[in-house]
Amino acid sequence: MSETPDRHSADSSDNRLEEDIEHVDASTDPGLAEALAQDRAREEGDQESDDQRWQDAFRRIISGGWAVSLGAILLAVIAGSLMIIVTDEAVQEASAYFFTRPADTFAAVGEAVGGAYSALFQGAVYNFRADTFAAGIRPLTQTLNNATPLIAAGLGVAIAFRAGLLNIGGQGQMLMSAAAAGWVGFGVTGLPFPIHLILALVAGILAGALWAGIAGLLKARTGAHEVIVTIMLNYVALYLLSYFLATPGLMQAPGSANPKTPPTPESAQLPPLLGERYTLHWGFILALVAVAVVWWILNRSAVGFSYRAVGENPRAARVAGIDVSRSTVSVMLVAGALVGLAGVTQVLGTVTTGFGADIDAGIGFDAITVALLGNSNPIGVLGAGILFGAFKAGGSAMQAAEGIPIEIVLVVQSLIVLFIAAPPLVRAVFRLPQPGGKPRKKRSQAARKEAAA
Amino acid sequence: MSAPTVDGAPTGTSDAPRTVTTVSWKTSIALAVVLALYALLLLLAPREGSARFSLSTPTDFFQLPVYVLPGMATAWVCAAVAAALLVVSVVATRAQRRTPLWATGVYAAALLVGFLAWAAAGSPRDLSVVGLLGGAIALSVPLVYGSLSGVIGERSGTINIAIESQLLAGAFTAAVAGSLTNSPWVGLLAAMIAAALVGLVLAVFTITYRVNQIIVGVVLNVLVIGLTSFFYSLVLVPNTETLNSTTRFEQIPIPFLERIPVVGPVLFDQTIVVYLMPVVVFLVWYGLFRTRWGLRLRAVGEHPRAADTVGIEVLRTRYRALLIAGAVGGMGGAFYTVVSINQFGREMTAGAGFIALAAMIFGKWNPVRAALAGLLFGFATNLQNVLSVVGSPVPSQFMLMLPYVVTLFAVAGLVGRSRPPAALATPYTKE
Repeated sequence: MSETPDRHSADSSDNRLEEDIEHVDASTDPGLAEALAQDRAREEGDQESDDQRWQDAFRRIISGGWAVSLGAILLAVIAGSLMIIVTDEAVQEASAYFFTRPADTFAAVGEAVGGAYSALFQGAVYNFRADTFAAGIRPLTQTLNNATPLIAAGLGVAIAFRAGLLNIGGQGQMLMSAAAAGWVGFGVTGLPFPIHLILALVAGILAGALWAGIAGLLKARTGAHEVIVTIMLNYVALYLLSYFLATPGLMQAPGSANPKTPPTPESAQLPPLLGERYTLHWGFILALVAVAVVWWILNRSAVGFSYRAVGENPRAARVAGIDVSRSTVSVMLVAGALVGLAGVTQVLGTVTTGFGADIDAGIGFDAITVALLGNSNPIGVLGAGILFGAFKAGGSAMQAAEGIPIEIVLVVQSLIVLFIAAPPLVRAVFRLPQPGGKPRKKRSQAARKEAAA
Repeated sequence: MSAPTVDGAPTGTSDAPRTVTTVSWKTSIALAVVLALYALLLLLAPREGSARFSLSTPTDFFQLPVYVLPGMATAWVCAAVAAALLVVSVVATRAQRRTPLWATGVYAAALLVGFLAWAAAGSPRDLSVVGLLGGAIALSVPLVYGSLSGVIGERSGTINIAIESQLLAGAFTAAVAGSLTNSPWVGLLAAMIAAALVGLVLAVFTITYRVNQIIVGVVLNVLVIGLTSFFYSLVLVPNTETLNSTTRFEQIPIPFLERIPVVGPVLFDQTIVVYLMPVVVFLVWYGLFRTRWGLRLRAVGEHPRAADTVGIEVLRTRYRALLIAGAVGGMGGAFYTVVSINQFGREMTAGAGFIALAAMIFGKWNPVRAALAGLLFGFATNLQNVLSVVGSPVPSQFMLMLPYVVTLFAVAGLVGRSRPPAALATPYTKE
């Protein structure tokens, strides 16, 4: 009874409201036009003097996206350092007599933070204590190995994001793809090496695609919000896989009571990339191929153009003759396939001794941060994936060497994304100039609103 | 399934002629499908023996016997009752009336009893009805508070994916504050403040900096998991005695009422956090639908520009809504460490925030319905616990999956259409 009036108003205003906002947005354009005109005038003026042009270039660099990304990383690392400092025992002891001998505190702070970052670097890039170069470089291969699923899943989130969809379902898609690939891996026997591997790869990627496709289909057919659907599908996948794993005869390793699968046989494993000495496997190459393919799809193909068009403005895309429902379903299929690749490389390359329901290792959620840090473009995702892979590798080394829990990596990663998503905040902290020139594509809306305000 | 589901909302749509109220067949179809599945289950997996239901606890006024029912016979009788109610629903729909609520209620109860009789058949142990219902209430506490937090936030126009992090932050802070002061009340208060702070962060980023609300929510979840786990292993674990062992709220049995069989131990022998639950549900409902504050809040969530035009401070209203929502969510978080057990554990909320989110959607953004959905999901979770005790044939994973599947159907419009507030997820900029 209580909700009749407001439901009615919701019913009638739903569509009209959106149109209203659209309409009002258009009417703010005078403000935008004015800002642009001022800008153009400023740019013309700038061209007169060589000196000013350099200043302008510099201003553009520090007001651009890269400066914000760098600032965000710096802020997050500072926050991480603070966490290390306040929990470090030596610092706590020294700070007890801070006012008598402050130098002790600073020394302890330096030691705690320095030790942590040195461990992080040595765990992620190059281990100076190793005897040979081959052993010293091992952390870097571990970083790339960690980056493999992050890149693949990050691409899956990024491509959906470009089409205006938020794919929170990485976890579920990875679990289903891992289940399918794993099942083909240990369930099918007697196939020779490359065929078995390819079969498992395809099965896993298909499973991921279909699982994400459910979300796409529901979104296209019923308008169900993809975020809610993908979150729910995560849990459905988790319990489905748990059931498979706990049931003898389905996926549980024979003769075991643990919810764990049998190991992946050699014939279905991704071979090591740099020889048996390193863990890095061919999955990394697959991830690089995926980067190239996604770049091609987004920038060179008609399908990719329709994705981007739908992402920028679904109504305009529909008017232009793009089938929005179809592109929603197809982009979710592609996104699921990419996340599926992440699940597959885990099962067939990284964890070949049998896996449990935690095979996704939080990568589905990390992928969201990777995609955001990479600004949803494939090259950016590659870089962000490697950076987060390095954090992961270095974080474990830091935990082992300095006793700093690896969860600090989660904190730093999430802070990076939080800051990157709010450029005005980062600019305010570092007193960077607000963007004056052409606003970047992704931030144009925010910039427009600021211009209007 | 395709034609009637899309636009057959039970209230008349604007396209229909004015006098006609469209009554959809959706309810009848849903009842028929569920009954068919249930009958299929009975046919394909018949079970021997009888089921034992125990209803009494030793302190009741009078003792009820342990009822021993023949499993399959009871199950089929219940199926017959449900079939009769299905007929009632079909007749009502044909007469252009809605399926009466009592019919749906009795239908659900009949199938539940039948299912329990089937599942517990042949088990030597008693199926404790008190344990089933009492446990369900306990498990649903964080879900109900969490879903209320979601309702308040989303009615004001901000998607709150961060319920999970509010619960976790609340649990952590309640553990620390409660242990330091030895007072569960301080723990509860601290949990509310901590979760409100999470809400504040959400507000700053989504309202002031206009960042995508879902992204902020997801990131906040990761951030709070990271922070709590970090400080848990570095600070709480070495100092368990001083920082991580709380005094819990005592159970407060209500005199006389607590000795009524079944109802007493389930409803009237609980802690203060549980007693507060219906009060908070009522307050949120009253606040949202009967006060000026609620009207403004909903206006801001439906059509912020119109609200702004008549002089409502949109941003301030949204900020305030998220802070209050956070505080309510924190009460649910406190449940983990000052009611349920007396310690914080790494990631101890284990996805309850997402079930709360599901409950909010299933409850169609209405506090009362969301709370009922929370109870239902809590019941489903506890049903799985109880059935594993009596040794049921249903894999526990499928019971645990239930809330999420139900929500999937709900958002897809198969079980009543869930419509979010119109201005959800859109940041507002004053002209």
